[in-house]
Amino acid sequence: MGASEQEVLAGTKSGAPGLPAQTDAAQLKTYYHQMLAIRRLEEALAKAYALRKFGGFLHLYIGQEAVAVGALAALKPEDYVIATYREHAHAYAKGMSARAIMAELFGKETGCSKGLGGSMHLFDASKNFLGGYGIVGGHAPIAAGTAFASKYRQDGRVTLCFFGDGSVAQGAFHEAVTLATLWRLPIVFICENNLYSMGTPLYRSMSVADVSQKALAYGMARDRFDGHDVLRVRDRVAEAVRRARNESMPTLIEIITYRFRGHSMSDAGLYRTKEEVEESKKRDPIAAGRDLLVKAKVDEKEIVEIEEKVRLEIEDAVQFAEDSGELPFEKLSEFTYKE
Amino acid sequence: MRTVAFREALNEALSEEMERDDRIFLMGEEVGHYNGAYKVSKGLMDKFGERRVVDTPIAETGFVGVGIGAAMVGLRPVIELMTWNFSLVAADQLINNAAKIRQMSGGQFTLPVVFRGPGGSAHMLAAQHSQSTEAIWAHIPGLKVVMPANPKDAKGLLKSAIRDDNPIVFIEGEVLYADQGEIPDGEYTIPLGVAEVKRPGKDVTIIGWSKMVKVALAAAEALAAEGIEAEVVDPRTIRPLDEDLIVESVKKTGRCLILEEGWPFNGVGAEIAYRVGKRCFDDLDAPVERLTGADMPMPYNHHLEQLCIPDAPRAVAAVKKLLYLE
Repeated sequence: MGASEQEVLAGTKSGAPGLPAQTDAAQLKTYYHQMLAIRRLEEALAKAYALRKFGGFLHLYIGQEAVAVGALAALKPEDYVIATYREHAHAYAKGMSARAIMAELFGKETGCSKGLGGSMHLFDASKNFLGGYGIVGGHAPIAAGTAFASKYRQDGRVTLCFFGDGSVAQGAFHEAVTLATLWRLPIVFICENNLYSMGTPLYRSMSVADVSQKALAYGMARDRFDGHDVLRVRDRVAEAVRRARNESMPTLIEIITYRFRGHSMSDAGLYRTKEEVEESKKRDPIAAGRDLLVKAKVDEKEIVEIEEKVRLEIEDAVQFAEDSGELPFEKLSEFTYKE
Repeated sequence: MRTVAFREALNEALSEEMERDDRIFLMGEEVGHYNGAYKVSKGLMDKFGERRVVDTPIAETGFVGVGIGAAMVGLRPVIELMTWNFSLVAADQLINNAAKIRQMSGGQFTLPVVFRGPGGSAHMLAAQHSQSTEAIWAHIPGLKVVMPANPKDAKGLLKSAIRDDNPIVFIEGEVLYADQGEIPDGEYTIPLGVAEVKRPGKDVTIIGWSKMVKVALAAAEALAAEGIEAEVVDPRTIRPLDEDLIVESVKKTGRCLILEEGWPFNGVGAEIAYRVGKRCFDDLDAPVERLTGADMPMPYNHHLEQLCIPDAPRAVAAVKKLLYLE
């Protein structure tokens, strides 16, 4: 059995959840909407997958929603985000519609990548969402490249690169971080440590369980905290984003989180105890997001309105995906090369 | 016309393109302060500064990936690999990212990026530093593969590669850098995917690229002394391949020899032989022949090494076999 979240977090500063003075109810409602929509979107995806509406791999983010929503709340629209194959949430939080994401997983032409990418390869150039990538750690050098471009052009943009604890063992991660620090690139590396790289707990994959310590060797700023509270995630990531934007200095952030589901749909999760999973569910980021609304004195009626809106949004996305057509084979070759 | 060395022709292409477009930068190991491991980038640091001529640590996965990322968001990187042997540690970036991002994103992202550097064997560099990698890269849809044989082609093709919107594998024969050749004065480009007849002839077609063009021309010269007129065809671009010019030549000569420095199994020559066999079936007077690198890792010993690389005497012998003269 792996170390618990509490054990992994021991010694890590993580301020008590609460309402920073500058947070208004409208922002809280937005975060709650986004987190809930991501949850419902993925639940709908799991259902459609079970009904064999589509196949392939499906890696769900359920349980980690506060990380993507909080982190992306710290960005401007022109900032770049690049992520792994567990990226439905980041795509949505970057502004992509449930329709475009749902249709992509259904393999339809109306999907964000015209049905050519699927669950692991969501892209939206117009939202500066630079994709989900299927080779663990392989996207980290690309992130260094977009940050290099920002520095080259002095365009003031920041790149956020998400990856899991499993990526940290990859050489590509090391090389990306090496270049980002050497060249002082405006980038934030965010390790979403959900304690398991697929079915392998941290203690069997890492000699040092504190990923953020890697930053010390590169001379890079670091941070490490619990990722269940969307506001904490936003504010701590915002510090790193400011450092990237204003000082052109990269940061490695490790956010401790937990996925309630298996690695993918075929994973029965036998490497974790039921008790461990149930314990984690007590700290559901979406329940925490709802509590924040209550604390901020948002009317219960308004909260229910958000929930109803989300329900309709996801229902509509499923219908849209069902009704959409597929890219004809004759059109396929034009995507291999640009003429 | 002016006479310049192969490496100078490449240098001119880089310099002219960088002057034309600020989005173009050169990145790689020793490209800047050291002036290039093979001096292709000589003087570019002085001319363009550290912003546009970027020295990297020895991290091919990292800086090949940086080229991909920078291209995704609108820059036009030229990434130098000190040799294509070292590209293999960045194979995941080239194959899984550079070649696939356009398709995986439904055409939203294009990658105008050139990966360039020396390839093939040189002299006594042994197994890990003597590889021809074009068959590997040409196998991958999404990549283009360009291999110039002389200074004129080197400059014109590199300029076209830099202006192309796709990821390009640009392989410079390591032993060609000092070769002198005439190039046109002033601005010119050579389109990708267009082969060239390097020497006309009517009796046999010899196909070769990069330094194999020199072997083919030497063989043709020797054959001419015996009254055999060989036509030498240089595809110049491996992918896309100018199949039509090759087919046109073979239909005329009825005989085809392919010279390839790399290994035979799944080699570029195997692909060309298939296409020639299919389209010239009724015109062939002999089966298509290949002369390739030996099917083994390159030995260090100089004598053994030279026996593993196609040369003119063996090309001549292969042509005579095709003509049923031996």
